[in-house]
Amino acid sequence: MQLTLGPVLFNWSPETWRDFYFRIADEAPVDTVAVGDIVCSKRSPFLADHLPDVVERLASAGKQVMLGSLILVSLPRERRQMADMAKAEDSFVEINDLSCLGAVANRPHAIGPFVNVYNEATAAFLASRGATRICLPPELPLTSVKTIAAALPDVVIEVFGFGKAPLAISARCYHARVHKLSKDNCKFVCEQDPDGLLIKTMDGQQFLSVNGVQTLSHGCVDLIDDVADLAKAGVHSLRLSPQNCDMVAVAKLYRQVLDGRLDVAQAENDLATLYPGSPFVNGFLHGLPGAVHTPLKSAPARPH
Amino acid sequence: MELVCPAGTPAAMKVAVEAGADAVYCGFNDETNARNFPGLNFSREELKDGIALAHRRGVKVLVAINTFPRAGGLELWHRAVDDATRFGADALILADVGLLDYAARKHPKQRLHVSVQAAAANADSIRFYVENFGVRRVVLPRVLSVAEIAAVTQESGCETEVFVFGGLCVMAEGRCSLSSYATGCSPNMQGACSPASHVNYREQRGRMVSRLGEFTINSFAKDEPAAYPTLCKGRFEANGTLGYIFEDPTSLDAAAMLPGLKEAGVTALKIEGRQRGRAYIEAVVQSFRQALKALDAGRPIETASLAALTEGQTTTVGAYRKTWR
Repeated sequence: MQLTLGPVLFNWSPETWRDFYFRIADEAPVDTVAVGDIVCSKRSPFLADHLPDVVERLASAGKQVMLGSLILVSLPRERRQMADMAKAEDSFVEINDLSCLGAVANRPHAIGPFVNVYNEATAAFLASRGATRICLPPELPLTSVKTIAAALPDVVIEVFGFGKAPLAISARCYHARVHKLSKDNCKFVCEQDPDGLLIKTMDGQQFLSVNGVQTLSHGCVDLIDDVADLAKAGVHSLRLSPQNCDMVAVAKLYRQVLDGRLDVAQAENDLATLYPGSPFVNGFLHGLPGAVHTPLKSAPARPH
Repeated sequence: MELVCPAGTPAAMKVAVEAGADAVYCGFNDETNARNFPGLNFSREELKDGIALAHRRGVKVLVAINTFPRAGGLELWHRAVDDATRFGADALILADVGLLDYAARKHPKQRLHVSVQAAAANADSIRFYVENFGVRRVVLPRVLSVAEIAAVTQESGCETEVFVFGGLCVMAEGRCSLSSYATGCSPNMQGACSPASHVNYREQRGRMVSRLGEFTINSFAKDEPAAYPTLCKGRFEANGTLGYIFEDPTSLDAAAMLPGLKEAGVTALKIEGRQRGRAYIEAVVQSFRQALKALDAGRPIETASLAALTEGQTTTVGAYRKTWR
């Protein structure tokens, strides 16, 4: 099974963002990397200066590079951005909104986890229009994953395997709202939360993360205990979504588990050390509430 | 503009038809539609009869089959498309690409609408559905301002339908797994958001606490009305401050925007609320019928009668005004 590094979803400083990818290029055992700010079109201009260098460095390191499209495209400026991105003949675009499909039609492209691919018919339709890779929505249960993968053996089927699960996208910016700012004059307050802004319930339970117009889970998806089942289901690739932690180490850890070089229980312990900020969850894959973490298959209880 | 009204039950459909709806929308009583609540929606027989009744009164029936079919279980959705077409539905409201493809190939003459659950938010997206499946109308997601609706309507050349009253998603519709994260019930898959089966209320330190699954959504003083714990309308804490992070427990009332929506070239106005009772449906439909008459006659639109229907909640024009964002 391959590893894909999803795009950085949070508002990192341009230099941090660039250096992150340089290190990924040099050190991380991932096969494919998606880049670009897919959450907020106001942020992307800041990354534009570094984007060519990042793409170049990743490609030179032998990684397949995907340019991620915006999740929600509504403004004329956003549509222009997407059209420009798709125009470059040699670019490989990961589509996160169907509105971008026309621009890459009949050219190989990827479908990202923000496009609603819930079944084999939709996956087959998109494959017939040039999709060679499909990262399925995080809320899909394994039974659906298995059916889709079986129906499309020639498409790289990917599952969201690590990171806070993206749960919703809105026209409204919650970072701006929390800070009592308007979206148009947001002062980019989301940069204060490089791992998302924690949302707690009234009784103090950690629940969600806000990232501008996007809402994610606070729990971090961790499918280490499920990789054997995913492989059996015909999944070709696991997506690691960047959190504010040592993602090179996270990628190495997943690689070792996939290669059978690291025991699952040990890997779970190591992962908790690498990313201590959030509890781990895997409920979606099991058809349970996404916030649930099922007990380790090899052991009755998991240490937190 | 056409007035499209909710019909959660045959009785509600009758009421909506009599109260002045140009069209009603409804669904089968299973997971094929996005209002899959107990006691709601239509059996095959009921839909057949409902369509006949509505047609006798010159009212159209639009059938929502707008969840995303379960992998390996497509037959249930295919049957819904086939049956609704056979019964004479005036349009099918679909969200899933695979299901649109099926409907367009199997029933090329059937009129298809893109559901709000597909969140087609711009002209490129609408073009995709028009070119591939021949859809005739798109129900726009509640993320656009009136000016943007005008631009999208003009550029796409496709009929547009917009929500004007009732419940309000603050997230792009069909692109939200919040309910699924807390309860395992997904609007996209099971057709239910923040379902009552996962809601519980408990008394805690003199306050009424509402919970969804394992998470507290809100709490109310004894004399305060307790709003239903829809996840995105809950009270949460961020940066040490407690508040309605996503949206207040408010509902949409765009009656005042009708002139702008007409100007924007919108074809149809939609009222949310298939879960609502007959009295509510009757009052809302009548109010909007009056409002449309006033609009056509160039009279000012009277909105006070609608305010009484929002159950003391505040209302908003949502994304239709750009500052909402």
